[in-house]
Amino acid sequence: MLRLSQIHKIFNEGTPDEKIALNNINLTMNKGDFVTVIGSNGAGKSTLMNMISGVMQPDHGQVSLDSKDVTFMTEYNRSKMIGRVFQDPMAGTAPSMTIEENLAIAYSRNKRRTLRLGVTKKRRELFREVLESLHLGLENRLNAKVGLLSGGERQALSLLMATFTEPSILLLDEHTAALDPSRAELITKLTKEIVDQYHLTTLMVTHNMQQALDLGNRLIMMDKGQIIFEVNEEEKAKLSIEDLLNEFQRIRGTKMASDRALLS
Amino acid sequence: MFTAIFGAFESGIIYAIMALGVYLSFRILDFPDLTVDGSFVTGAAVAAIMIVNGVNPFAATMTALVVGFFAGCLTGVIHTVGKVNALLSGILMMIALYSINLRIMGRSNVPLLNSDTAMTAVKDFSETTGIDGFFNGMLTAVGLGDSLPRTWGILLFMIVVTFSIKFITDAFLKTEIGLAVRATGDNERMIRSFSSNTNLMIILGLGLSNAMVAFSGALIAQQGGFADVGMGIGMIIIGLASVIIGEAIFGTKSIARTTLAVIGGSIIYRIVVTLALRVEFLEPGDMKLITAFIVILALTAPKMIGTYKEKKRKARRQLEGLAALNIPLERKGEAGAALKSDS
Repeated sequence: MLRLSQIHKIFNEGTPDEKIALNNINLTMNKGDFVTVIGSNGAGKSTLMNMISGVMQPDHGQVSLDSKDVTFMTEYNRSKMIGRVFQDPMAGTAPSMTIEENLAIAYSRNKRRTLRLGVTKKRRELFREVLESLHLGLENRLNAKVGLLSGGERQALSLLMATFTEPSILLLDEHTAALDPSRAELITKLTKEIVDQYHLTTLMVTHNMQQALDLGNRLIMMDKGQIIFEVNEEEKAKLSIEDLLNEFQRIRGTKMASDRALLS
Repeated sequence: MFTAIFGAFESGIIYAIMALGVYLSFRILDFPDLTVDGSFVTGAAVAAIMIVNGVNPFAATMTALVVGFFAGCLTGVIHTVGKVNALLSGILMMIALYSINLRIMGRSNVPLLNSDTAMTAVKDFSETTGIDGFFNGMLTAVGLGDSLPRTWGILLFMIVVTFSIKFITDAFLKTEIGLAVRATGDNERMIRSFSSNTNLMIILGLGLSNAMVAFSGALIAQQGGFADVGMGIGMIIIGLASVIIGEAIFGTKSIARTTLAVIGGSIIYRIVVTLALRVEFLEPGDMKLITAFIVILALTAPKMIGTYKEKKRKARRQLEGLAALNIPLERKGEAGAALKSDS
């Protein structure tokens, strides 16, 4: 489904600020896999996401999606196959447009955009139906501008928009990090429901270790641009946060350098 | 007086097409596009030179629209492919068009007074069909018979044309492509993640915007009876003034409402300028100054009124708050007990 082979990425190469962002990343995800990614700040998690989504291109290595080489495919072309939810709840929706217009944009993600009406009667029914699955009452506010929604509602809508057209892969980039605990819990619950419902292949970056353990069937830990630790479904079920921290210390010889990761 | 207002109304509705174009770039795409100053003249120049050379005026006007579209696309290409700052790419295109406009016209001014233009055709039509007679008769009946306008045809024709463009714009912005254009101006990162080529959307949006501007320029040239290389100076500000005045007065609840507001804003702007020019000490040369003043007023006044209202509201609330506090103060014992138990 998704295959990353020997991905290297260096920022500011040849200058004093040179930083190795990704160092020989190899990752294969099969259909239906839900992989959670943890790691301290600067571990390369976001760069990894950007490589897959096409925001950046690797210096070396290959990205393939649905057994197609997409390494140099433009971001917007690749988006036909990829659903994304960003950390910032404001980033995934267009604030001055209505809920149904936002959903219409998401609906066209894997189709050719034409001069046909964006929101038709038939589509509105579909939008209402998928919005009901969020249990937030948004299905009764189809004509409300998205800018009027709360952060949690906007993130739930972003999640729905990224998923209801069933992308080949779903990328979640710390999508609950900017929300208050109760909202974050709601989004986590919705993520689980939606991924199960559509059987989505999902890659989720998170700072929250508990979330990384609760969700998904595989877990990888990154540090300094490398994947340093990887567990499969059976091992993951037995892991606790202490195990993860101990494992990090065993591999790296230092404590995990992220207050956010420890606190959460 | 009536004739002056009538004239302001007539040109206001023609300039409204230009204002709709500015609305598309400035508001929908969030792109301050200065190409407008150049493409307005390009439209006028193309139409004028074709009409002088005997081409059908309606065909000439449509050609102006197409040329304006390409001028706008070019600004978009400079901005997106060349990665040049939005303001700068507009300014570059504006000065490039100045020379191109001179080339198109061959000289700095092309008079159309003796040519058959779209406007003369419409005027003849309304005279022969008796539309003029009908409306003038109505005016005379209500006692305004002493200052009759030249023709009603142009006004009615332009209302039909401008509103057609408004409705087409409204409809376009609701299509799948139109939604993508709007989202590009609203949240570029988001629409890229939904597989839309934002560069293409910006180029298309600027093309459509400048097509409208050039179309408006072509019609203004035919209404005024000339195309001049300097007629576009400050056009972007006039467009902005129309958009801002319209939005402030008529609101922005939906797209259809806002486009209507822009047309209204354009007409109001013309009326204000006409009235201002009737003030004794102002000369026609002061028009740009008046425009700048109107725009500054339109930009600052709504905010200042808002702050003033907010202040008044707060002051009132404070008074109410004090009044509410006074009640327990009268019953000192209870209030004191309540305060203690609270802490």
